[in-house]
Amino acid sequence: MGEAIVITSGKGGVGKTTTSANLGTALAILGKRVCLVDTDIGLRNLDVVMGLENRIIYDLVDVVEERCKIHQALVKDKRFDDLLYLLPAAQTSDKSAVLPEQMVKLVQQLKQDFDYIVIDCPAGIEQGYKNAVSGADKAIVVTTPEISAVRDADRIIGLLEKEENIEPPRLVVNRIRNHLMKNGDTLDVDEVIQHLSIELIGIVADDDEVIKASNNGEPVVMDPNNKASIAYRNIARRVLGESVPLQSFEEENKGVFAKIKSFFGVRA
Amino acid sequence: MSRCRKEYDVEVNTVKTQKQQYVTIKGTKNGLTLHLDDTCSFEELLYGLQDMLSLEHYMDGKGQKISVLVKLGHRFVTEEQEQILTDVITEKQNLFIHSIESEVITKDEANRLKAESEIISVAKIVRSGQVLETEGDLLLIGDVNPGGMVKAGGNIFILGSLRGIAHAGFNGNKRAVIAASDMRPTQLRINHVLNRSPDHIQEGNDMECAYLDENENMVIDRLQQLAHLRPSLTRLEGGM
Repeated sequence: MGEAIVITSGKGGVGKTTTSANLGTALAILGKRVCLVDTDIGLRNLDVVMGLENRIIYDLVDVVEERCKIHQALVKDKRFDDLLYLLPAAQTSDKSAVLPEQMVKLVQQLKQDFDYIVIDCPAGIEQGYKNAVSGADKAIVVTTPEISAVRDADRIIGLLEKEENIEPPRLVVNRIRNHLMKNGDTLDVDEVIQHLSIELIGIVADDDEVIKASNNGEPVVMDPNNKASIAYRNIARRVLGESVPLQSFEEENKGVFAKIKSFFGVRA
Repeated sequence: MSRCRKEYDVEVNTVKTQKQQYVTIKGTKNGLTLHLDDTCSFEELLYGLQDMLSLEHYMDGKGQKISVLVKLGHRFVTEEQEQILTDVITEKQNLFIHSIESEVITKDEANRLKAESEIISVAKIVRSGQVLETEGDLLLIGDVNPGGMVKAGGNIFILGSLRGIAHAGFNGNKRAVIAASDMRPTQLRINHVLNRSPDHIQEGNDMECAYLDENENMVIDRLQQLAHLRPSLTRLEGGM
């Protein structure tokens, strides 16, 4: 019996879909059987980011309305031998095509076959959000170090805490731009955590490669040397229960003196 | 005097032999205290009371008004019954009711009193879009995040950061105060008075409180000032 993790944020454009794709792929790299579920009906993206758009035959709405069996709608990712699947959203319907109860049933069925179900949640707190969280056991909230994104994350966390079947959500701070954070032009990670008061599960640097990779339909996590990729792999390992220390963003520019200072707990 | 006293005893005994005595009268220097039996029916009590008051002693006096304290014991009376009691007693020209006391109150009233005087403690983070409301005082062990709101009929005490909206004394209490360990609210409201934070973000201040002064202006001050400004916040009986 697998577990279902919903990736949500409230605000759009903070990297829910990218996080879903990379986390799912990273879990598959670590040898888990993973199913990605796109619940953004009408505005589906996950298939594009995964580079699987041209293989879609049936979608989530077809499954829910029993026009096909689940296994017919699942799109297999050829890069992984039988480990990674995508259940795409429908593009022709809207969020009201699915009810939370139907999602619960669907996710229950998927849990029989997979170790992890990664559910990509649409932006907002309406029907689409309700559908996405209804079947989930765990939640990961994605935010960026911007005040508007943190506000929306706060709202979402409040809603998630009311869901009885979901464990306390964990946080990914995405798209961190080190130079801005250093100058105090954006919130730093500590401020975000202090504000939201939930457990941090990962920090991901803003990296052009992430965007390039998404456009190529190959999640950045496939590249073993990229920083963002390592960050996503670390998140996957933390999902599996390993304790992995957070990456530092400052190492490149640090001289010996800065290292000594940080050793003594002085901020460089 | 002693003769008079004797007469009184005799009278009482005669009443008692006829039926049970439902009313006991005690004279104090502040007037009379009527102890009314709380086990008989209300009608029996009324007869007993009328009987007792019809005795000459309580009729005349010297035109002086006598204050009466009525003690009902464990009897609950409705407002209507209370009025009847008042009528029966004040029928005697020289008596007036000081107060009517009962050992019992209704559950509703008890709950209301409790809600108003209670400090409700809540351990949680009030997040954006959430509203936490209490009738009495609120003690929040946690933060109020921007977009979140706490409302209390009484005072609001926040052990964490207040970054959202706090509304104290929302049902008309002008003396309510708001106190927070870390005070950087988006808005403060006390009763009908509203105050917002400056447009330019400043450092939050530690251990501050907000209250209304005599002119109903909101004042932000050190927490320690409350000891002088609102002595009623101290509920500890006796000294330290």
